Amino acid sequence: MAQITLQQIQHRYATETPRRSDYALRDIDTDWSDGGAYALLGPSGCGKTTLLNIISGLVEPTSGRVLFDGEDVTDTPTSERHIAQVFQFPVVYDTMRVYDNLAFPLRNRGLDEGRIKTRVEEIAELLDLTGVLGRRAAGLSPDGKQKISLGRGLVREDVNVIMFDEPLTVIDPHLKWQLRSKLKELHQRVGVTMIYVTHDQTEALTFADQVVVMHEGRIVQTGTPVELFEHPRHTFVGHFIGSPGMNVLPCEVEEGEVRFAGRAIATASRQRPGTGNPPLEIGLRPEHVRIVPQGIPVEITRVDDLGRHRVIEVRHERHSVKLIVPEQDAIPDGETHIAFDPERTWLYQDGWVVD
Amino acid sequence: MTMAIELRGVSKQVGGETHIHPTTLALQPGGFNILLGTTLAGKTTLMRLMAGLEPPSAGRIDFDGRDVTGVAVQRREVAMVYQAFINYPNLTVYENIASPLKVARLPDAENHSRVQAMAELLQLGAFLDRLPGELSGGQQQRTALARALVKRAPLVLLDEPLANLDYKLREELREELPKLFRNRDTTVVYATSEPDEALLLGGHTATLHAGRVTQFGPTAEIYRAPNTLLSAQIFSDPPINTAEIEKHGPTFHLSEAIVWPVPERIRGIDDGTYQIALRPHHLTVANGQREGLRLDGTVQVAEISGSESLIHTDVAGRHWISQTPGVHDFAVGSKARFDVQLERCLYFSADGERLA
Repeated sequence: MAQITLQQIQHRYATETPRRSDYALRDIDTDWSDGGAYALLGPSGCGKTTLLNIISGLVEPTSGRVLFDGEDVTDTPTSERHIAQVFQFPVVYDTMRVYDNLAFPLRNRGLDEGRIKTRVEEIAELLDLTGVLGRRAAGLSPDGKQKISLGRGLVREDVNVIMFDEPLTVIDPHLKWQLRSKLKELHQRVGVTMIYVTHDQTEALTFADQVVVMHEGRIVQTGTPVELFEHPRHTFVGHFIGSPGMNVLPCEVEEGEVRFAGRAIATASRQRPGTGNPPLEIGLRPEHVRIVPQGIPVEITRVDDLGRHRVIEVRHERHSVKLIVPEQDAIPDGETHIAFDPERTWLYQDGWVVD
Repeated sequence: MTMAIELRGVSKQVGGETHIHPTTLALQPGGFNILLGTTLAGKTTLMRLMAGLEPPSAGRIDFDGRDVTGVAVQRREVAMVYQAFINYPNLTVYENIASPLKVARLPDAENHSRVQAMAELLQLGAFLDRLPGELSGGQQQRTALARALVKRAPLVLLDEPLANLDYKLREELREELPKLFRNRDTTVVYATSEPDEALLLGGHTATLHAGRVTQFGPTAEIYRAPNTLLSAQIFSDPPINTAEIEKHGPTFHLSEAIVWPVPERIRGIDDGTYQIALRPHHLTVANGQREGLRLDGTVQVAEISGSESLIHTDVAGRHWISQTPGVHDFAVGSKARFDVQLERCLYFSADGERLA
């Protein structure tokens, strides 16, 4: 197990013809603690997989250092970094029994069969694979196979970190729930450092203690799911996390007062930016907009019934705002009023939050 | 001129295995018809049968009352979009979108304006001269969609078209898609494994399981009033909580200690074994004010997404999930208490038929 330190990582893919995938990682400077559950979350092309490959040693960064427990491993080959990886598609030996799949990494390390047996049975128990140990891996469902991939990582006692790259892509939704909660439970039991790469906010937020949100090659915020939800540091985080994402509305500041569409708006931001700065915005989540008898007059333009709640889109002048209404609450017809929760409304300048 | 599509006793066997059991289904003309089910439920096979890419083993398929069972795909006026973005890699976005029109041999000016209009609608106007390889995944899939829509086929089959896209992009396209078909007479069939996607797209939904349609009807109706436990399970994410219960006179019993009154509307049923199903958001972490049924559980794991908490818990020996708004953190193995929204519970017979 290890603490992972990334020091001033920059990366650029050298390409002959410029393509969209020719992005760089920039200014990655961070510390991930031993035994933590981390998620790297961001859209395609944000650099999350590149960062994962730099940690595992598959890609050498253009500049910067990678440290495991303070020891520089930037030039250490992947095979010596003691990393277990679980990919999108399960990597299993189909013709081998589940038992032999799990024993494989230990046999490679020359452990005696007695110790192997103890360890394999222990891991199988954790993953609910005990009943299928004697079966050939080929007969298992995708989620069963993915558990084997995971088990092969867990079975080794010398693993520094287990890395997951979109591990639930091929798993059906109802099994995703089981497998994901299993992962989380495992993490809490075995305490090994885990890094989980995904574009899916639900997976990232429910799995990780700390979510690292990436955008255009940079880390824009690292925080707990609650911090990212309640206090997005950047409008991108507000947009990317939450379904639907945060409302971002243009505003002005006059005499210390935040104004949206000609109205004073109370915000959680206490500071005020100076004049001559880039355009200002307020951000607040659909969960923090309420329908009220008196407030900002709006017209309801769209209602989406999602079962447990409805997502309502309303319009005030040229501004569109989304809000969430619980299943049991009535929705007025046509025109109504809305109010913003002042404790959850933040002021943003050039995309970054004003505290 | 909407097209009516009807499957009459259609089935499909492949090498002795049944992929589709005899299925009779009249799609909603001019609307969204969603095929909802897990991998291998039969969604893709049903679509391939509708498209004419595969012949059924038995039964017939009618378009507007006309038997098309033996009609080849090229002559069915069908457009299909697959999960993987399929475009011609060496043609520009413009040429890709225009490609179906070349076959249709429409006059050039007409072609040009159609391609332009479709590109604008799908926000591809700025990329018309690019090759698909130079686009993002979302743009590539929009190109495939534009190509499918440009020929204005009366039947459009979309097979999990958003499955390979990023979560956020999927969210955007889910909103855009119904708009694309608004004011058109197109009958759309849309396959997905995600209940939320079905709810957002609306229209009608067929729930599928192991090659059978378990129910077909207006999407919100199936979600709220599933005929069978199977339909409820297919249409629930997170998975719906279920348990066997016993009816003794006026009460249901989940265990010796967990007892509540049989609802008025089904009080006439016989004593015996039944099944209950409860959606995770109707099982919430107990708060002081609420009256009614409370359950004690042992927490397996709590997942906190920021806006809500998903608590996996053991309740009377069953693995249930609670979906509660707000932040509720529990250590593994700790005790938790939950409120049940009894009025939202669904009741089924022992063999899974819903009690009215």
